[in-house]
Amino acid sequence: MKGCHRQVDKLHNHSHNRGVSEILKLSPLDQEHRDLGARLVPFAGWEMPVRYDSIIEEHCAVRDACGVFDISHMGQVFASGAKVVGWLDGLLTNEVAALEPGNAHYTFMLNEQGGVIDDLILYRLADELFLLLVNASCLKNDVAWLEEHLKKGITLENESSEWAGLAVQGPNAPEVYTAITEGRTLPARNGVDDLKHEGERLLICRTGYTGEDGFELFCPAGQASRWWKALLAEGVKPCGLGARDSLRLEMCYPLNGADLSTCRTPLEAGLGFFVSLKKGDFMGSAVLKRQKEEGCAERLMAIKMTMRAAPPRPGYAVLDEEGNALSALTSGGLSPTLGEGIALAYLPVARAKINTPLFIDVRGRKISAKVVKKPFYRK
Amino acid sequence: MIAPADLRYTRSHEWIRLQGDIATIGITDHAQEEMSDVVFVELPDLGDIEKASPVAVVESVKAASDIYAPISGEIMEVNMDLVSDPAKINTDPYDTGWIFKIRVNNPDQVNDLMDAGSYVGMVS
Repeated sequence: MKGCHRQVDKLHNHSHNRGVSEILKLSPLDQEHRDLGARLVPFAGWEMPVRYDSIIEEHCAVRDACGVFDISHMGQVFASGAKVVGWLDGLLTNEVAALEPGNAHYTFMLNEQGGVIDDLILYRLADELFLLLVNASCLKNDVAWLEEHLKKGITLENESSEWAGLAVQGPNAPEVYTAITEGRTLPARNGVDDLKHEGERLLICRTGYTGEDGFELFCPAGQASRWWKALLAEGVKPCGLGARDSLRLEMCYPLNGADLSTCRTPLEAGLGFFVSLKKGDFMGSAVLKRQKEEGCAERLMAIKMTMRAAPPRPGYAVLDEEGNALSALTSGGLSPTLGEGIALAYLPVARAKINTPLFIDVRGRKISAKVVKKPFYRK
Repeated sequence: MIAPADLRYTRSHEWIRLQGDIATIGITDHAQEEMSDVVFVELPDLGDIEKASPVAVVESVKAASDIYAPISGEIMEVNMDLVSDPAKINTDPYDTGWIFKIRVNNPDQVNDLMDAGSYVGMVS
């Protein structure tokens, strides 16, 4: 007999999601997913594929060749106007003024306390035109926050329902792009091309969430199926949210709502690289400056299991060497590439040092682990 | 989905093969399809067990799933091959992917479980 099983799902509880679909939004690629026999799950108000077949095979296809993820659930918010750069610089952590047109960067939108409302990719499409690519789960809050802080002369347009998105990721992605566009080449890393293809708008961004080369393609929802089919015809493997999660975790890319929250700052999350404290004041900057001077009490660290055991999962307790609870895992799983249990957790700074020995509590068993350098996986 | 006719089945997706007073237990083809990619099996401890108690945990990439004893008795053997190759549960759920064996107290208890036809009806 085992003790507490709070983290354990019962098989028969997640076998079917019938009845839920009526209230969930469907991707423009919903029929394509069903035709492929995808397992669909509720995710941030959408019904999205978690996998088509094996998550491990999908994961490895992205590391070794090329995979495609439907990211149509993500939000597209356009901001424009003569003073849009200064306005965005007041609301986002990275330096917007330093972002060249045709380029993108990762950034955070913070509350007054420096907590993360959302992490997003900001694309500068023209001098005074920006695209904010935001998490589906945060779209409503993001738009409300942006509208609340809107200034005269700034136009904000939430076009999320009109766009489809595909993330094409893997070492073969550049050749795939050339093949599906009859000869185009990808923009440089973090570059964005705002194109017309056969009369329809097409945004191509050399960005991603997997640690591999690749691009994100945004098109009108009606064009999604055309691009999806073209990609599959090139042998690109359809991949679901399961592989997307394991790929990003191997890279220590944070998942908002898990590793990031409105109670954690980007500095605590170890993502100060995407925060420009020299650019002048912005929402939350006072707290970040103080944190930078005084130091954070806790930091988000990468933890690897050092013995063969059940995969670490979000919510499992992290213990010090004496068995005292320090915190809980914010993310965790088996790394398909490394074959080891990997996880993220906020740890007190005294323990937030490489090689610090820890335990992870897996259903009452103490599994040995240690703090390791980020990321877990390097090419 | 395969469900051999000579096995009995539970609502929680275990199968049981009774030979004399020894029952071999695993999870069904349907269950492994639902879970996909089994990466770890927490095997039961040997000893007495009551029917319907959680005894093992099968972990896939995405989730951990409890495995219940479909019958009362004494767990007398566990499949150690699953330690090094848990994916046997995916590739061969009814044979080399077995999880544990119980010496059963009352073989008649097996008659309370579903036959293959009823199980297939339940999951389809």
